[in-house]
Amino acid sequence: MSQSIQYHPGKEPHPGERRMIFRNIDRMDWDPTIERYLADGGYQQLRKALEMAPQTVTDEVKKSGLRGRGGAGFPAGVKWGFIPPGNTKPVYLIANADESEPGTFKDRYILHQDPHQLIEGMAIAAWAVGAHLAFIYIREEFPEAAKIVSTALDEARKNHFIGKNILGHDFDLEIHVHRGAGAYICGEETGLIESLEGKRPYPRIKPPYFPAALGLWMCPTIVNNVESLCHVKHIIQMGGDEYAHLGVPGNTGTRILSVSGDVKNPGYFEVEVGKLTFGELLNDLCGGPKDGRKFMAVIPGGSSAKILRCDEKSTFKAPLDENPREYGFFDIPLDFDSIAACGSMAGSGGVIVLDDSRSIPWVLSNLNHFYAHESCGQCTPCREGVMWMRKITDRLLAGNATPQDVDVLESVARQIDGRTICAFGEAASWPVEAIIEKFRDELTAATSPQNAGKPLNPEAVEQQRYLQAR
Amino acid sequence: MNSTLEQNIASPETPGTKHFPPFEPTPDLTAAADKAIAAFPPEHKQAAVLPLIHEIQRRHGFISAQAIEWIAAKLEIEPIRVLEVVSFYPGVRQSAPGKFHIRVCRTLSCAMAGSAELMDKLCELTGIDRSDCDSHHNPVAVSPCGNFSVEFVECLASCGTGPVCMVNDDFHEAITPDKAADLIGAYKPKTPQ
Repeated sequence: MSQSIQYHPGKEPHPGERRMIFRNIDRMDWDPTIERYLADGGYQQLRKALEMAPQTVTDEVKKSGLRGRGGAGFPAGVKWGFIPPGNTKPVYLIANADESEPGTFKDRYILHQDPHQLIEGMAIAAWAVGAHLAFIYIREEFPEAAKIVSTALDEARKNHFIGKNILGHDFDLEIHVHRGAGAYICGEETGLIESLEGKRPYPRIKPPYFPAALGLWMCPTIVNNVESLCHVKHIIQMGGDEYAHLGVPGNTGTRILSVSGDVKNPGYFEVEVGKLTFGELLNDLCGGPKDGRKFMAVIPGGSSAKILRCDEKSTFKAPLDENPREYGFFDIPLDFDSIAACGSMAGSGGVIVLDDSRSIPWVLSNLNHFYAHESCGQCTPCREGVMWMRKITDRLLAGNATPQDVDVLESVARQIDGRTICAFGEAASWPVEAIIEKFRDELTAATSPQNAGKPLNPEAVEQQRYLQAR
Repeated sequence: MNSTLEQNIASPETPGTKHFPPFEPTPDLTAAADKAIAAFPPEHKQAAVLPLIHEIQRRHGFISAQAIEWIAAKLEIEPIRVLEVVSFYPGVRQSAPGKFHIRVCRTLSCAMAGSAELMDKLCELTGIDRSDCDSHHNPVAVSPCGNFSVEFVECLASCGTGPVCMVNDDFHEAITPDKAADLIGAYKPKTPQ
């Protein structure tokens, strides 16, 4: 039995969506072959881009205001511009398809159903930055995606969209698929580069190792998320200025939100950035909470983003506002700046929804297990700290913790945050800090003595909690 | 006489060992390895460590000390450079899994959908005892017959359709505990008795 991901051919997108990158996902009669892609106007934008000067392509991407869709939200065009002027070394381009931020599931669908969109975006990006060798770093857990993309690369090579003298231009580009091996840290761009070099993926210290200057094999390297590279094709098609009209100022374009957890219809939704609010996303697009339940909290941008309570209020100025005003959770617009202004981040677009049936100590313990497993071990605060945090939340679930443990947990988190080489330190400590800040009472209640003496097998305890929480 | 590496790196036998041929640099493997190496500039052959590991693990189930030495010789690097990669990545194994290796996602969204119960059910159906497992050093447990093994893994990036799991390279969505028997059943008939 060979199994793929489940497709839903003909499934209509929600009217609140604006499909651009995901236009072909679940499309009727769509398949990932090059014939289908070409019949739909495929590779026309590569043709167009190759007629433009590379600097003009970069300028269009800068004008578009495209912000990286991998997590940090850094402007993609600006990143491309960081290649040192007068560089004589080879330049490399890497598509980061190591999608592994818990809660995020968008790149999987692009790789499976629309690989040529990525390849076209990469070829345009490679032309802009002057790269002749590029890699698609796909996580090991996507073996079928790796096969589909390899087949697509062969097709593109046969049709002269990659290879020597692309479309008759004096431009060569080879793209290879490189498979990871199950490590979350490879999603961090310098860790990814180390992994690609054949080493342990220990992230590099920045400065001096900004990939655009000292990346793969100490050469300038541009690492972009799969979704970001797909946007490049559409920016060329629409023109940077026109693309910038999508979304809201400073937060342009569309983005794919992947919603999981306690909603009626979890799934992927491509929306204009900042045009919808959390309320519209969760109640309209996702069909609201499960029957008889209420939304309790939401992790808005992958598990590393700080949790937001559904009853919290914050005051800030959203991109369309003239003055700061108070926002309830459900009114927060889904753009990078607004979510950052309420103390969290839009991150990778992975929205994890928790309803009032969930046990907060259990949620925190689950996340701590994740980060303890995935810390690469290079920096002491992270290597020791995340393990310590995991032990504390294990104790909490087992009923062996004291109220002081909550303070210790907070103190450990604060001592990891900002003291590590890469952003993993923040990624691991932010969920802890935010949950303690917003749900301290729940954690303290779990330290009550009547729970003492329960077994300390984390998985059994986890399951027990799961059953209780249901 | 065993090499120093073989004396120090043990790959304990598991019930799954019998399903995988012992490591051997067959012409097929050598050709696949050469193809993988050709993707990189000749001065950066070390980059082919992971591709070679994947080629070997797919054929032989895990990476033995001999395999490490072969990769090192092939890429003209010290064996320790290969070992440090092998020992780092959760996706690389140092002992044989079952013929069908089941990876169950345990991260938040899947856990909320019931992956812990799914794991228990899978263990019950295959007779696997996970009591000695720990996520860092001993994540894989093999069934006594060697046909199945299970492992809790971190996010498999399909959070909207949890619980999800992989059986070898096949991906399965929305495997609620009640579907565990069907899942195991789909693989069982192919198993030699």
